[in-house]
Amino acid sequence: MFLTLLLICFGGSAILGGVYLLTHGPIEAAQTAKVNRALMGVLPEFDNTPSEECFEMDLEGQVIKAYPALFNGEPVGWAVEVVTTRGFGGPIQIMVGFLPDGTIFNSALISHSETPGLGDKLDAEKSDFSTQFKGKHPATFTLAVKKDGGMVDAITAATISSRAFCHAMEVAYKAFQHIATQEGGKV
Amino acid sequence: MSKWKIITQGIIKENPTFVLVLGMCPTLGTTTSAINGMSMGLATTFVLMLSNYVISLLAGFIPSKVRIPAFIIVIAIFVTVVQLVMQAYVPALYQTLGLFIPLIVVNCIVLGRAEAYASKNKPLDSFLDGLGSGLGFTLALTVLGIVRELLGAGSFFGLKLIPGDAILVFILAPGAFLALGYLMVLFNKLKKA
Amino acid sequence: MEYILIIISAVFVNNIVLNQFLGVCPFLGVSNRISTAVGMSAAVLFVMTLSTLITYLIQMYVLNPLQIGFMQTVTFILVIAALVQMVEIVLKKISPALYQALGIFLPLITTNCAVLGVAILVVTQEFSFGGTPALLTLPQALVYTAAMAAGFGLALILFAGMREHMELVGVPQPFKGVPIALITAGILALAFMGFSGIV
Repeated sequence: MFLTLLLICFGGSAILGGVYLLTHGPIEAAQTAKVNRALMGVLPEFDNTPSEECFEMDLEGQVIKAYPALFNGEPVGWAVEVVTTRGFGGPIQIMVGFLPDGTIFNSALISHSETPGLGDKLDAEKSDFSTQFKGKHPATFTLAVKKDGGMVDAITAATISSRAFCHAMEVAYKAFQHIATQEGGKV
Repeated sequence: MSKWKIITQGIIKENPTFVLVLGMCPTLGTTTSAINGMSMGLATTFVLMLSNYVISLLAGFIPSKVRIPAFIIVIAIFVTVVQLVMQAYVPALYQTLGLFIPLIVVNCIVLGRAEAYASKNKPLDSFLDGLGSGLGFTLALTVLGIVRELLGAGSFFGLKLIPGDAILVFILAPGAFLALGYLMVLFNKLKKA
Repeated sequence: MEYILIIISAVFVNNIVLNQFLGVCPFLGVSNRISTAVGMSAAVLFVMTLSTLITYLIQMYVLNPLQIGFMQTVTFILVIAALVQMVEIVLKKISPALYQALGIFLPLITTNCAVLGVAILVVTQEFSFGGTPALLTLPQALVYTAAMAAGFGLALILFAGMREHMELVGVPQPFKGVPIALITAGILALAFMGFSGIV
């Protein structure tokens, strides 16, 4: 009785081990591909591999990942990955690309659990909310929704999600400034 | 029973969702869009076919006392195979369906077919039975997904048909219960007529 | 404070049945009488907390160090199935009264996706209760699980109450049985949506 169960368990584990070995490579490749796709979207053209040169730092109680982008050995920007817990449905994770002077190049939504149809318009594929940040400099473009005295047009019926997105942007900018000062004023 | 009949049995007459009311969790949880519902259905079909086949092969060797645990192990193994393959080749879809992929293990349809059909029938017939039940499940999930997506997002398989916002509540949690409830009413009405 | 947030979030905001669609089968199946609903809720609370305790330890001290995370589904379902059997045997010996009350629900729990669902959730999902998102610690995981089970109980008992009343009402023929139950559940879920966004 137990022998049969044991045999099935062993046989099954062997099969699974085999499938795991076969799919292990593609799974890791898929994960790096996801990060790389986001990096390509938020940074100007680069020729290094930022995902391998990534480093972490502590800021505002969270670990922030920063990816340097180089072109012909010259720095062309930084991508910063941050999480905000102020979302409506849960944490929102975004990646923001900055040019060396601090201008926002582009941003990408990595993960979120906002309400489908309302808060998920943060996603560039669903609405053009996130495009309004493109090419703006946080020093002159106040990162807060208009209701709070900022310059960002909030998504209708999703003010909390919009606020959270602005907050994440702000944290990302702080992280960027942190990097910029650490590197002696220039990136 | 002819091979063809084994398959069609599970699709209409014994449709797992509309007639037997089994596997409600993935039915409600993954049908936010037609494509999600269909993918979930196909993943379940894959597990159903293979686990039915293997269980039918093994049924003679397994003592009846440990039958259920043995079935569960076989099912869990195929579910893990699906998990790994989806993670590797369709990571975005895997993330959307999320928790409901491992939960195929406890889907009453899978264990139910193993116990009611596969343990007593020939491997090939069991395989076809799994295919039929799986397709019936896929059909139900796709229909529910189409209805919810059309009402909730105004699109059909991702293709935007109605511009602007639609009746949002249908892609949120309450809409799942409501849409399935009304679909069942319709199904009952049609069956009567 | 953190624990209060966890409890509110698990019971009301992310209600396991009405929001996450776990455990819908027993939710529809054993909600005809309030008394059976109470029994089922108690059995789920008991088994779910116990199984999460064990699966959490297995994940952290066996699967993770050995890097065989892919065995998670197989291991967890086996643990839950064995645990349910064991609870049944132990209850029968130690407390026949409790066994009388919960006994008939126990076999149903193995295939209750809420138990496996929560066991997987607590070791994979990162939560952020006012801080950086992180995996739950063991005490947090236990509180979260118990709160999830309480949310299941709350939804189930409320729903059973509604269904008891519904039996006295003339429901149109095609709506009878499951369809009207689903529509009622939909309206209950709509009410629970009012909690979203508070945590």
